[in-house]
Amino acid sequence: MLLATLFESGVSIKHYMLLATVLFTIGVFGVLYRKNAIILLMCIELMLNAVNLLLVAFSTYFGKADGQLFVFFIMVVAAAEATVGLSILVLLYRNARTTDIRLFNKLKN
Amino acid sequence: MSLDLVFYLLGGLTIGTALMVVLSNHPMKSVLYLVLTFFLISANYVLMNAQFVAIVNIIVYAGAIMVLFLFVLMLLNLDKDNGPKGPIIMTLSAVVAAGSLLTVVVAALRDAVVAQPVLPANAENAGLVENLGQLLFTKYVLPFEVSSVLFIAAMVGAVLLAKRDKQIID
Repeated sequence: MLLATLFESGVSIKHYMLLATVLFTIGVFGVLYRKNAIILLMCIELMLNAVNLLLVAFSTYFGKADGQLFVFFIMVVAAAEATVGLSILVLLYRNARTTDIRLFNKLKN
Repeated sequence: MSLDLVFYLLGGLTIGTALMVVLSNHPMKSVLYLVLTFFLISANYVLMNAQFVAIVNIIVYAGAIMVLFLFVLMLLNLDKDNGPKGPIIMTLSAVVAAGSLLTVVVAALRDAVVAQPVLPANAENAGLVENLGQLLFTKYVLPFEVSSVLFIAAMVGAVLLAKRDKQIID
């Protein structure tokens, strides 16, 4: 009932496409801009959430629940990724005493 | 208040808090703004009649993942961590790269034609827990089981990595 009125009240699916694109771009920008590895991981979460938002929007738009189930699986992957990423970060911090990614370029040469 | 006004308000706030995640100069502020962003995205889910996803989003993201981030942040004691101060050329290239991505995707989506939906009979109940559970344990039962394997692998990996044991690390 609510969804029918939402998509009839002037908000189209393209609005949600635009919102998700902007959120995803902010995540990409954060990954390129910030130098702290924890904030990089947070920006990855932001990108995943932008995708989730678009999936839910299309799921609602077509009236099918499949998209919302994909959101659950993305959450599973995001949780696993955050756990492993943060534990790698703790390990790096223990060895290097910093989380600045500019110091972790040892594989470059 | 009409619904499109609610959408514009929520969308603007979401973009604003997401920008603050990237631009704020203290990692703790970034985490808290990210929690706020997740709450606003959950509000968007409620607006789209996906109540169960909204609740799960709050519990899993704002409740579990962000607490993990906050915990690690406090454990690592990054108080003195400075803000995003890189060379100006890096900042400029990040702005140009992200701006080009935004331009290209928006230009591609602007002329995209979305098929008119043929709403099924129970379209309004699509986001309710009964319907989701039905689908999860019939059509998507294999991915569901595989995700449990992924969780075990992630758990073992995290414990192994964070363990202070020279024999394992070296």
